[in-house]
Amino acid sequence: MAVIQNELALPVAPARPNPVWRYVRRHPTIIIGGVLLLLMIAMALFAPWLGTTDPQALSPIKRLKWPSAEYWFGTDMLGRDVYSRTIYGARVSLTVGISVALFSTALGLAIGVVTGFTRWVDSIVMRIMDGLMSIPPVLIAIALMALTRASLQNVVFAITVAEVPRVTRLVRGVVLTLREQPYVEAAVASGTGFTRTLWRHIVPNTLPPLLVQGTFIAASAMITEAILSFIGAGTPPNIPSWGNIMAEGRSLFQVAYYIVLFPGIMLSLAVLGINLLGDGLRDALDPRLARRL
Amino acid sequence: MFAYIIRRILATIPVMAVVAIFVFALLYLSPGDPAAIIAGDTATVEDIARIRAHLGLDEPVYIQFGTWVWRLLHGDLGISIFTNLPVIKLIEQRLEPTVALTISTLIVSVLAAIPMGVLAAWKAGSWIDRVVMVFAVLGFSVPVFVLAYILIYVFAIAADLLPVQGYVSITSGLWPFLSHLILPSAALGMVYAALIARITRASMLDVLAQDYIRTAQAKGLSSEQVLIGHALKNAAVPIVTIIGIGIALLISGVVVTETVFAIPGLGRLTVDAILRRDYPIIQGIILIFSASYVLINLLVDLSYTLIDPRIRY
Repeated sequence: MAVIQNELALPVAPARPNPVWRYVRRHPTIIIGGVLLLLMIAMALFAPWLGTTDPQALSPIKRLKWPSAEYWFGTDMLGRDVYSRTIYGARVSLTVGISVALFSTALGLAIGVVTGFTRWVDSIVMRIMDGLMSIPPVLIAIALMALTRASLQNVVFAITVAEVPRVTRLVRGVVLTLREQPYVEAAVASGTGFTRTLWRHIVPNTLPPLLVQGTFIAASAMITEAILSFIGAGTPPNIPSWGNIMAEGRSLFQVAYYIVLFPGIMLSLAVLGINLLGDGLRDALDPRLARRL
Repeated sequence: MFAYIIRRILATIPVMAVVAIFVFALLYLSPGDPAAIIAGDTATVEDIARIRAHLGLDEPVYIQFGTWVWRLLHGDLGISIFTNLPVIKLIEQRLEPTVALTISTLIVSVLAAIPMGVLAAWKAGSWIDRVVMVFAVLGFSVPVFVLAYILIYVFAIAADLLPVQGYVSITSGLWPFLSHLILPSAALGMVYAALIARITRASMLDVLAQDYIRTAQAKGLSSEQVLIGHALKNAAVPIVTIIGIGIALLISGVVVTETVFAIPGLGRLTVDAILRRDYPIIQGIILIFSASYVLINLLVDLSYTLIDPRIRY
């Protein structure tokens, strides 16, 4: 097989750098961010095999132990292993980040396409979106969480509602410019049906900006989840999440700052990874902006 | 221009109407009986009935909405379920620390971020530019409470230079007042400053590529004159816009910052209200925060006419 390939490759093309390598060199942030994110996802998936114990196991005799060979990140005031809780906490953060990004871009895409095409819907829906955008997203999520029982699904729902207006606005803007493009007008003029125009010409062109927006939404959703859990309006206490762990370490900060430190570092690294990925994707997908931001 | 100002002011009315309807409708969008959820898991039937009567949930929805809006327009935000005090009173009591924190953060962030953005754009590609961009990316990634704890540890516990937490009114002296605001403002302002620095840099890069900048340099103006007098002035509109929009980040961050630093402001009021499920307070706070956000962005929009005389709507 290798021999045949070698023969087919003749005559040898002028030495060109491997395209993958060129891509990496040109967009280093995509790689750094992507690797960080993949590490976090691997950590969440393989949590039970990473030297963790039961993150909920109490052992009152061993409470507030400083980080040591036995307890890598120490123990909290109930004697629970902070390392295990932090590793398992990645599951909550990533689940919330990824689900909110998926749900809010899907919903925003649907609403944005409809409003971009129908004038009377547009004027009503965009007034509503303008109003919702004037409420800071964290407050929308807080208000929704105050009225529902603490659960992971409700956290995802609350943050999704808070993020949808911005996606809708983005999609609508793209649809409005696309509608005027000659190739879309040509497609309509040559008798292409509405659904076909939508799927062939409009939706595919909204995907690159949505992908970028989606990564930033994932990052901000993870921060919002941590904020909600930190102030007691997020994931229930029986599920360890980075915000929960930090909330429990809050009153003990002066004696045992490691309880707050480790989940805080993990959260920052995860958000950093996603933000770098988003920056890189934006530069790669929109070279006009790349030099500026 | 006068017509533009009037139109812009009128445009805030539907926005605030949507906010009010959203805040009101929340109670009904929630699954199940809102009174039962607010009352909590240990509530008796009487508790639930009391809360239902308190919130006026016995009336038909349109009457409830009418009364609610009518009271709102008269500055009545309802009565807190837990303390039985008017919500507007509770908000007034907690206003000072939050306003002090927000304003000091705003000033510090803007004063730090704009020079950073200008320098980064002027020396684009240099190490200064790199440092500013690293700051911008990190500032966006380190959540406010993580940064807050790092700052507390370094400056208040290890170095013992500043108070760990709390708030002191300006009436007790300028230094006690300021010393309690330095760490919270630094923690809260990081994201905001990162955002402003980034937009300043982008906007300046655009302007610095223009012909009139080359002309200004060619006629022998100093770098400072070109940067401040010609470039920054023309790059101002996007920067001012992001300063206004970024206020949303400050409002979100205030809730957490006040919790970490034990500052008795609106953020702490929010957190306490969540824990007690005191819904009228949450409604009131959302309305107040959103109204200030809308008002600030109205002022920003109106300032365009001063910054850029070409803008005539």
